[in-house]
Amino acid sequence: MSTTASPTGLADPDELDLRLPVSYLADGHSVRSWLLTTDHKRIAILYAVTITLFFFIGGAAATLVRLELATPEADLLRADTYNKLFTLHGVVMVWFFLIPSIPNTLGNFLVPLMIGARDVAFPKLNLISWYLNVGGGSLAVAALLLGGVDTGWTFYVPYSTVFSNTWVSLTVLGVFTTGFSSIATGVNFIATIHLLRAPGMTWFRLPLFVWAMYTTSLMFVLATPVLAVTLLLVFAERTFGLPIFDPARGGDPILFQHLFWFYSHPAVYIMVLPAMGVVSELITCFARRKVFGYSFMVYALVAIAVIGFFTWGHHMFTSGMSPYAALVFSFLSFVVAVPSAIKVFNWTGTLYRGQVGFESPMLYALGFVGLFTLGGLTGLFLASIPVDVHVQDTYFVVAHFHYIMVGASVSAYFGGLHFWWPKITGRTYPETWARFAAILMFFGFNLTFFPQFIAGYLGMPRRYHAYPPEFQIWNVLSSAGAAVLAVAYLMPLGYLTWSLLFGERATNNPWDASGLEWRTTSPPPRQNFFGSPRIQGGPYNYHPEGVAPVHDQPRLPSRGSLT
Amino acid sequence: MSRADVEACLREGHPDIEARMREPWSDLETDHATAFARQRDGAAFGIWVFLASEVLFFGALFLTYTAARLANQEAFAAAGRETNIVFGTLNTAILLTSSLTMAVASQAADKGLFRRLTLWCLAATAVFGLAFLVVKGFEYREDIEKHLVPGAHFALSQAPAQIFFGFYWLVTVVHAIHLSIGIALVTRLAVMGWRDVDFLKENPQVEVTALYWHLVDVVWIFLYPMLYLPGRSG
Repeated sequence: MSTTASPTGLADPDELDLRLPVSYLADGHSVRSWLLTTDHKRIAILYAVTITLFFFIGGAAATLVRLELATPEADLLRADTYNKLFTLHGVVMVWFFLIPSIPNTLGNFLVPLMIGARDVAFPKLNLISWYLNVGGGSLAVAALLLGGVDTGWTFYVPYSTVFSNTWVSLTVLGVFTTGFSSIATGVNFIATIHLLRAPGMTWFRLPLFVWAMYTTSLMFVLATPVLAVTLLLVFAERTFGLPIFDPARGGDPILFQHLFWFYSHPAVYIMVLPAMGVVSELITCFARRKVFGYSFMVYALVAIAVIGFFTWGHHMFTSGMSPYAALVFSFLSFVVAVPSAIKVFNWTGTLYRGQVGFESPMLYALGFVGLFTLGGLTGLFLASIPVDVHVQDTYFVVAHFHYIMVGASVSAYFGGLHFWWPKITGRTYPETWARFAAILMFFGFNLTFFPQFIAGYLGMPRRYHAYPPEFQIWNVLSSAGAAVLAVAYLMPLGYLTWSLLFGERATNNPWDASGLEWRTTSPPPRQNFFGSPRIQGGPYNYHPEGVAPVHDQPRLPSRGSLT
Repeated sequence: MSRADVEACLREGHPDIEARMREPWSDLETDHATAFARQRDGAAFGIWVFLASEVLFFGALFLTYTAARLANQEAFAAAGRETNIVFGTLNTAILLTSSLTMAVASQAADKGLFRRLTLWCLAATAVFGLAFLVVKGFEYREDIEKHLVPGAHFALSQAPAQIFFGFYWLVTVVHAIHLSIGIALVTRLAVMGWRDVDFLKENPQVEVTALYWHLVDVVWIFLYPMLYLPGRSG
């Protein structure tokens, strides 16, 4: 891969006039230049700001939940408040943080850079998608301020339609609106990747992150409309009394669950496929090794995206379904583990005989592999019907999906954020602090969620604010872990903000990475590249084929490495 | 202008085309004609992907209907007999005709040679769309007078018939919202094309609007037998 005339880095126009175009950050300083921008990089920053806000709103709710659970009695919150808090936590974290997290921040920033394009296919639609996301988020937050919702993030009928007296309609409308933001992003990425790849960037030369974004976008486009309809039906039943799911009039509440999980199971892959893409980039860079089995990594992403659409029934083994249907869903849930396992083995294969460095993004990536493996394997327990019936609605399930959605996805998000931070902001952060945060996050996470596996297996149900005293030891461990985790999440907020003001200027390619996005300045100019990139080879040109590994590849201490 | 002239303009980078190029397509490293063609392809491709999303949206509604109907066959047949098949059939005819005029407008704009035909067909499409909404309005008034709104005063005794009408109201309103968006888009094209002589010529927005319009039409083709024909055979 090469670009014409890639100038050297460390370009501060105030110090030395290299006749470079200004970076996208310097290209306009007014509020208007941000709020009406069509630059994919600026929109990525807008998204980053809003999802950070939502992350801390959702996190605050989780903090209160964990505080309440530190003792078996109900001493901090009433049952009603507790219900509203875990609902708020779920709704905000799923729809306003996790789903937009990697695709709309890192994806928006990197997809055009990685394929050598100037922008996404429909820049205005990209901006509209942010406004839809903010609009939906505002509705959901308004519902919270007005008094909250107590249905759980799943809005199961008939409770949500007939019985709940909380702000269900407003929240549902918020999620409905933000769904269109996902669809807009999906359409944009698919069109961008199909039509705007630079000359020479064939499908099998795309970085795995771009493949991950492509498969995620397919799910955005094909799964989100089903959620939209499902929530619309709930809204119509509550607001206009149109009784689609009402069992008293012959409606079928189970049908709601089928529709809901037809979206919400693929949504899990919407959260984890981008994480897999990020981690693939990180591991290959810090192992200085070409990704092991690139084409199988691609096929695995596509396979997960396709099979992921046909496993939704495993959320409903105990809701009443034919044993034959349950068998098929159970089998397919095992099948989807195969491509996921292929990915784990290929990451491990990439590390094998690599010159592994433990820079902070790599620590997050390695943490991801461990936590994803544990989350994935416990997923197999849950795919097996007898075990699922035993642990259904217990903390075992809570622990399982937090390992995937927080352990894996959030670790990968932080890893990607640290990896591309110099490119995005043009600044470097204090590496020691970053490593400390990464390690702290890993330990804090395990301390929070591993005890929940045990408590759940012993029979502690989810969604209760009080519990029998014999579970207290596991809950105290979990709440202590949550405190550690909170510190680990706040630290990056501190040192990354510090780096914006006082951090050293980043070079163009601080990690010696091979991706196209590093072949421009840090931060990139509005038009991304100087001249037009032409791609002459595959990604991950770390150890050229047929050449023995070069030992002691340069890792300059100033670039933040101990090796 | 003959076809050869148009092609010549395209090859030479006609100023009209330059004015119509948008980012990021304007930055593609090709000649103007190719870049413009890519931009057109991009717009059409984008709307096809969006339509795939819409198919899943309405598909989920149709699935809900099918499941409810299979569980409550007799009530659905009784409820289906209450809908006004005259209005329904009339609306089907109106909407199918509007797709014809839309298709003609799209093809005429694509050739870039028949501006008046394009404008007339766009106007006709918008009028047909409005006519559909007017007929639908009369039908709604009749439905309300016949107490076909689910709730305490519902006309039919079978409870599941309320599910049929719950679906009826929801899906026809959602369809009408889609159609209203379509009318707004078509009207916009007609007004812009009327003001600016070159606006419609080879403008990808015409094809994009047409594809969306046809989808709204196709959805109605599914809705017609679902809403108006149950219980009416034999």
